[in-house]
Amino acid sequence: MRVQDVVLESIKRSTAEVFSTMMGVQIGPGEPSIEHGVPEANDGVVSFIGVAGAWAGTGSITCSPEIACRICSLMLMSDASSVDAEVLDALAELTNMIIGSVKNDLEPHVGALGLSIPTVVYGRNFRTKSAGSAEWMVVRFSWDDDYLIIKMFLSPTEKHHHMTPHLAGQACPVDV
Amino acid sequence: MESDVLIVDDSAAIRKILQRVLRQTGMAIRTIHEAGDGQEALEVLKSQPVHLVLTDINMPKMDGLQLLASLKASPQWHSVPVVMITTEGGETKVGEAVRLGAAGYVRKPFTADQIKEKLAGFLEPVLPL
Repeated sequence: MRVQDVVLESIKRSTAEVFSTMMGVQIGPGEPSIEHGVPEANDGVVSFIGVAGAWAGTGSITCSPEIACRICSLMLMSDASSVDAEVLDALAELTNMIIGSVKNDLEPHVGALGLSIPTVVYGRNFRTKSAGSAEWMVVRFSWDDDYLIIKMFLSPTEKHHHMTPHLAGQACPVDV
Repeated sequence: MESDVLIVDDSAAIRKILQRVLRQTGMAIRTIHEAGDGQEALEVLKSQPVHLVLTDINMPKMDGLQLLASLKASPQWHSVPVVMITTEGGETKVGEAVRLGAAGYVRKPFTADQIKEKLAGFLEPVLPL
Protein backbone atom coordinates (compact mmCIF):
# COMPACT_ATOMS: atom_id res chain seq x y z
CA MET A 1 0.00 0.00 0.00
CA ARG A 2 1.32 3.46 -0.86
CA VAL A 3 1.10 6.62 1.27
CA GLN A 4 -1.33 7.97 -1.36
CA ASP A 5 -3.68 5.05 -0.71
CA VAL A 6 -3.46 5.53 3.07
CA VAL A 7 -4.28 9.23 2.68
CA LEU A 8 -7.20 8.71 0.29
CA GLU A 9 -8.75 6.01 2.48
CA SER A 10 -8.16 8.10 5.59
CA ILE A 11 -9.79 11.20 4.07
CA LYS A 12 -12.87 9.13 3.23
CA ARG A 13 -13.04 7.55 6.69
CA SER A 14 -12.28 10.74 8.62
CA THR A 15 -14.76 12.84 6.67
CA ALA A 16 -17.53 10.30 7.22
CA GLU A 17 -16.69 10.17 10.95
CA VAL A 18 -16.58 13.95 11.42
CA PHE A 19 -19.80 14.54 9.49
CA SER A 20 -21.58 11.78 11.37
CA THR A 21 -20.30 12.75 14.83
CA MET A 22 -20.42 16.54 14.65
CA MET A 23 -23.37 17.05 12.28
CA GLY A 24 -25.40 13.84 12.27
CA VAL A 25 -24.95 13.63 8.47
CA GLN A 26 -24.14 10.47 6.54
CA ILE A 27 -22.03 11.84 3.69
CA GLY A 28 -21.51 9.77 0.53
CA PRO A 29 -18.47 7.54 0.01
CA GLY A 30 -16.38 10.13 -1.87
CA GLU A 31 -14.65 9.84 -5.22
CA PRO A 32 -10.84 9.60 -4.92
CA SER A 33 -8.43 10.85 -7.58
CA ILE A 34 -4.89 12.16 -8.03
CA GLU A 35 -4.35 15.69 -9.42
CA HIS A 36 -1.14 17.48 -10.31
CA GLY A 37 -0.26 20.81 -8.72
CA VAL A 38 -1.73 23.03 -11.40
CA PRO A 39 -3.25 26.37 -10.34
CA GLU A 40 -6.99 26.34 -10.57
CA ALA A 41 -9.71 28.93 -10.28
CA ASN A 42 -11.84 28.75 -7.15
CA ASP A 43 -15.14 30.17 -6.09
CA GLY A 44 -16.48 29.84 -2.60
CA VAL A 45 -14.69 28.83 0.56
CA VAL A 46 -11.26 27.18 0.78
CA SER A 47 -9.74 26.18 4.11
CA PHE A 48 -6.03 25.27 4.35
CA ILE A 49 -3.98 23.60 7.03
CA GLY A 50 -0.24 22.89 6.94
CA VAL A 51 1.32 19.55 7.85
CA ALA A 52 4.95 19.40 9.00
CA GLY A 53 7.38 16.77 10.22
CA ALA A 54 9.29 13.99 8.49
CA TRP A 55 6.72 14.56 5.75
CA ALA A 56 5.31 18.00 4.96
CA GLY A 57 2.46 19.35 2.89
CA THR A 58 -0.98 20.91 2.98
CA GLY A 59 -4.55 19.77 3.43
CA SER A 60 -7.51 21.73 2.14
CA ILE A 61 -11.28 21.71 2.01
CA THR A 62 -13.12 23.50 -0.80
CA CYS A 63 -16.88 24.02 -0.89
CA SER A 64 -19.55 26.43 -2.03
CA PRO A 65 -20.79 29.23 0.29
CA GLU A 66 -24.07 27.36 0.63
CA ILE A 67 -22.35 24.20 1.84
CA ALA A 68 -20.17 26.24 4.20
CA CYS A 69 -23.29 27.80 5.74
CA ARG A 70 -24.96 24.40 5.96
CA ILE A 71 -21.94 22.90 7.73
CA CYS A 72 -21.87 25.80 10.20
CA SER A 73 -25.61 25.55 10.87
CA LEU A 74 -25.38 21.82 11.57
CA MET A 75 -22.22 21.99 13.67
CA LEU A 76 -23.30 24.92 15.81
CA MET A 77 -27.07 24.30 15.67
CA SER A 78 -27.48 27.88 14.48
CA ASP A 79 -28.94 29.46 11.35
CA ALA A 80 -26.09 30.62 9.12
CA SER A 81 -27.44 32.26 5.97
CA SER A 82 -24.30 34.04 4.74
CA VAL A 83 -20.57 33.46 5.02
CA ASP A 84 -19.49 35.33 8.15
CA ALA A 85 -16.77 34.87 10.76
CA GLU A 86 -18.69 32.06 12.45
CA VAL A 87 -19.02 30.13 9.18
CA LEU A 88 -15.32 30.54 8.41
CA ASP A 89 -14.45 29.41 11.91
CA ALA A 90 -16.63 26.31 11.56
CA LEU A 91 -14.88 25.45 8.26
CA ALA A 92 -11.50 25.94 9.91
CA GLU A 93 -12.43 23.54 12.70
CA LEU A 94 -13.84 21.02 10.22
CA THR A 95 -10.48 21.13 8.41
CA ASN A 96 -8.60 20.74 11.67
CA MET A 97 -10.64 17.67 12.61
CA ILE A 98 -10.56 15.93 9.22
CA ILE A 99 -6.92 16.57 8.32
CA GLY A 100 -5.97 16.03 11.98
CA SER A 101 -7.53 12.59 11.81
CA VAL A 102 -5.69 11.84 8.56
CA LYS A 103 -2.48 12.93 10.29
CA ASN A 104 -3.19 10.50 13.13
CA ASP A 105 -3.73 7.67 10.62
CA LEU A 106 -0.45 8.51 8.85
CA GLU A 107 1.80 8.85 11.88
CA PRO A 108 2.32 5.10 12.48
CA HIS A 109 3.71 4.91 8.93
CA VAL A 110 5.65 8.15 8.45
CA GLY A 111 6.50 9.35 11.96
CA ALA A 112 5.28 12.28 14.07
CA LEU A 113 3.57 15.12 12.21
CA GLY A 114 2.40 18.54 13.34
CA LEU A 115 -0.49 20.68 12.14
CA SER A 116 -0.59 24.44 11.62
CA ILE A 117 -3.47 26.70 12.56
CA PRO A 118 -6.03 26.59 9.68
CA THR A 119 -6.55 29.55 7.32
CA VAL A 120 -9.86 30.05 5.51
CA VAL A 121 -10.39 32.09 2.33
CA TYR A 122 -13.75 33.16 0.90
CA GLY A 123 -14.13 34.85 -2.46
CA ARG A 124 -14.79 34.53 -6.17
CA ASN A 125 -12.56 33.57 -9.06
CA PHE A 126 -9.33 33.32 -7.11
CA ARG A 127 -6.46 30.94 -7.73
CA THR A 128 -4.59 28.77 -5.29
CA LYS A 129 -1.16 27.31 -5.89
CA SER A 130 1.14 25.33 -3.67
CA ALA A 131 4.85 25.98 -3.98
CA GLY A 132 5.35 22.21 -3.95
CA SER A 133 5.14 20.26 -7.18
CA ALA A 134 3.70 17.15 -5.59
CA GLU A 135 0.59 15.36 -6.70
CA TRP A 136 -2.57 16.15 -4.75
CA MET A 137 -4.64 13.35 -3.32
CA VAL A 138 -8.24 14.43 -3.83
CA VAL A 139 -11.56 13.10 -2.59
CA ARG A 140 -14.71 14.69 -3.97
CA PHE A 141 -17.88 14.24 -1.92
CA SER A 142 -21.33 14.92 -3.29
CA TRP A 143 -23.83 16.35 -0.83
CA ASP A 144 -27.32 16.57 -2.33
CA ASP A 145 -26.74 18.71 -5.47
CA ASP A 146 -23.58 20.33 -4.14
CA TYR A 147 -20.02 19.23 -3.45
CA LEU A 148 -17.16 19.24 -0.95
CA ILE A 149 -13.59 18.60 -2.10
CA ILE A 150 -10.86 17.54 0.28
CA LYS A 151 -7.25 17.59 -0.95
CA MET A 152 -3.89 16.82 0.51
CA PHE A 153 -0.33 16.70 -0.70
CA LEU A 154 2.62 15.35 1.24
CA SER A 155 6.30 14.92 0.47
CA PRO A 156 9.08 13.41 2.55
CA THR A 157 11.36 16.07 4.03
CA GLU A 158 14.19 13.78 5.05
CA LYS A 159 15.56 10.41 4.05
CA HIS A 160 14.89 8.73 7.37
CA HIS A 161 11.18 9.31 7.58
CA HIS A 162 10.01 5.93 8.78
CA MET A 163 10.07 6.72 12.48
CA THR A 164 7.84 4.14 14.08
CA PRO A 165 9.20 0.59 14.17
CA HIS A 166 6.90 -2.28 13.31
CA LEU A 167 6.88 -5.57 15.17
CA ALA A 168 9.95 -7.71 14.62
CA GLY A 169 9.65 -9.74 11.47
CA GLN A 170 6.62 -7.77 10.32
CA ALA A 171 6.99 -5.99 7.00
CA CYS A 172 5.66 -2.45 6.73
CA PRO A 173 2.43 -2.51 4.72
CA VAL A 174 3.04 1.01 3.42
CA ASP A 175 5.56 1.80 0.71
CA VAL A 176 7.19 4.99 1.97
CA MET B 1 -22.12 22.19 44.51
CA GLU B 2 -22.24 24.10 41.24
CA SER B 3 -18.98 24.20 39.32
CA ASP B 4 -17.30 26.86 37.20
CA VAL B 5 -15.68 25.60 34.01
CA LEU B 6 -13.11 27.17 31.67
CA ILE B 7 -13.11 26.18 27.97
CA VAL B 8 -9.85 26.96 26.13
CA ASP B 9 -9.85 26.60 22.34
CA ASP B 10 -8.80 28.91 19.51
CA SER B 11 -11.90 27.85 17.60
CA ALA B 12 -14.98 29.86 18.55
CA ALA B 13 -17.01 27.09 16.91
CA ILE B 14 -15.68 24.47 19.31
CA ARG B 15 -16.17 26.77 22.30
CA LYS B 16 -19.79 27.26 21.26
CA ILE B 17 -20.35 23.51 20.76
CA LEU B 18 -18.80 22.71 24.15
CA GLN B 19 -20.90 25.41 25.86
CA ARG B 20 -24.02 23.76 24.46
CA VAL B 21 -22.89 20.24 25.34
CA LEU B 22 -21.96 21.24 28.90
CA ARG B 23 -25.34 22.88 29.44
CA GLN B 24 -27.01 19.67 28.27
CA THR B 25 -25.03 17.27 30.46
CA GLY B 26 -27.31 17.57 33.47
CA MET B 27 -24.31 18.55 35.57
CA ALA B 28 -24.43 21.38 38.08
CA ILE B 29 -22.54 24.12 36.23
CA ARG B 30 -22.73 27.73 37.37
CA THR B 31 -20.53 29.61 34.94
CA ILE B 32 -18.67 28.66 31.77
CA HIS B 33 -15.74 30.91 30.97
CA GLU B 34 -13.94 30.94 27.62
CA ALA B 35 -10.40 31.65 26.41
CA GLY B 36 -8.89 31.51 22.91
CA ASP B 37 -5.43 30.30 23.95
CA GLY B 38 -3.33 29.41 26.98
CA GLN B 39 -2.23 32.97 27.71
CA GLU B 40 -5.81 34.19 27.70
CA ALA B 41 -6.77 31.27 29.95
CA LEU B 42 -4.18 32.30 32.55
CA GLU B 43 -5.54 35.85 32.41
CA VAL B 44 -9.10 34.59 32.96
CA LEU B 45 -7.95 32.47 35.90
CA LYS B 46 -6.48 35.50 37.66
CA SER B 47 -10.00 36.82 38.25
CA GLN B 48 -12.22 33.77 37.79
CA PRO B 49 -11.56 30.68 39.91
CA VAL B 50 -12.71 27.51 38.17
CA HIS B 51 -13.20 23.86 39.15
CA LEU B 52 -12.42 22.31 35.76
CA VAL B 53 -10.47 23.29 32.63
CA LEU B 54 -11.19 21.84 29.17
CA THR B 55 -8.44 22.71 26.72
CA ASP B 56 -7.39 22.11 23.15
CA ILE B 57 -3.72 21.27 22.56
CA ASN B 58 -2.82 23.02 19.29
CA MET B 59 -3.36 26.74 19.81
CA PRO B 60 -1.41 29.92 18.97
CA LYS B 61 0.57 31.93 21.58
CA MET B 62 0.42 29.32 24.35
CA ASP B 63 -0.69 25.78 23.51
CA GLY B 64 -2.62 23.41 25.73
CA LEU B 65 0.45 21.52 26.92
CA GLN B 66 2.14 24.75 28.02
CA LEU B 67 -1.07 25.80 29.77
CA LEU B 68 -1.28 22.41 31.49
CA ALA B 69 2.34 22.68 32.64
CA SER B 70 1.72 26.21 33.99
CA LEU B 71 -1.35 25.12 35.92
CA LYS B 72 0.35 22.06 37.40
CA ALA B 73 3.30 24.23 38.48
CA SER B 74 1.00 26.73 40.18
CA PRO B 75 0.29 26.29 43.91
CA GLN B 76 -3.11 27.87 43.29
CA TRP B 77 -4.18 25.78 40.30
CA HIS B 78 -2.27 22.51 40.45
CA SER B 79 -5.24 20.55 41.81
CA VAL B 80 -7.73 21.75 39.19
CA PRO B 81 -8.45 18.88 36.77
CA VAL B 82 -7.50 19.61 33.16
CA VAL B 83 -9.14 17.60 30.38
CA MET B 84 -7.58 17.78 26.91
CA ILE B 85 -10.02 17.97 23.96
CA THR B 86 -8.02 17.69 20.76
CA THR B 87 -7.60 16.19 17.31
CA GLU B 88 -4.24 14.85 18.47
CA GLY B 89 -4.28 11.08 18.69
CA GLY B 90 -0.57 10.43 18.54
CA GLU B 91 1.48 9.02 21.39
CA THR B 92 3.71 12.08 21.53
CA LYS B 93 1.36 14.88 22.54
CA VAL B 94 -1.24 12.78 24.36
CA GLY B 95 1.54 10.98 26.24
CA GLU B 96 3.07 14.34 27.11
CA ALA B 97 -0.30 15.56 28.41
CA VAL B 98 -0.60 12.48 30.63
CA ARG B 99 2.96 12.95 31.93
CA LEU B 100 2.18 16.60 32.72
CA GLY B 101 -0.85 15.56 34.77
CA ALA B 102 -3.88 15.80 32.46
CA ALA B 103 -6.96 14.34 34.10
CA GLY B 104 -8.40 13.03 30.86
CA TYR B 105 -8.48 13.20 27.09
CA VAL B 106 -11.29 13.42 24.53
CA ARG B 107 -10.49 13.17 20.84
CA LYS B 108 -12.18 15.46 18.29
CA PRO B 109 -14.61 14.75 16.72
CA PHE B 110 -16.60 14.01 19.85
CA THR B 111 -20.18 13.22 20.75
CA ALA B 112 -22.06 14.85 23.60
CA ASP B 113 -22.14 11.46 25.35
CA GLN B 114 -18.34 11.16 25.20
CA ILE B 115 -17.96 14.58 26.82
CA LYS B 116 -20.57 13.78 29.46
CA GLU B 117 -18.95 10.44 30.27
CA LYS B 118 -15.49 11.97 30.56
CA LEU B 119 -16.62 14.83 32.79
CA ALA B 120 -18.88 12.79 35.06
CA GLY B 121 -16.09 12.30 37.58
CA PHE B 122 -15.34 16.00 37.82
CA LEU B 123 -18.78 17.63 37.94
CA GLU B 124 -21.71 16.91 40.20
CA PRO B 125 -25.16 16.16 38.79
CA VAL B 126 -27.99 18.62 39.25
CA LEU B 127 -29.96 17.55 42.31
CA PRO B 128 -33.68 16.90 41.79
CA LEU B 129 -36.00 19.45 43.43
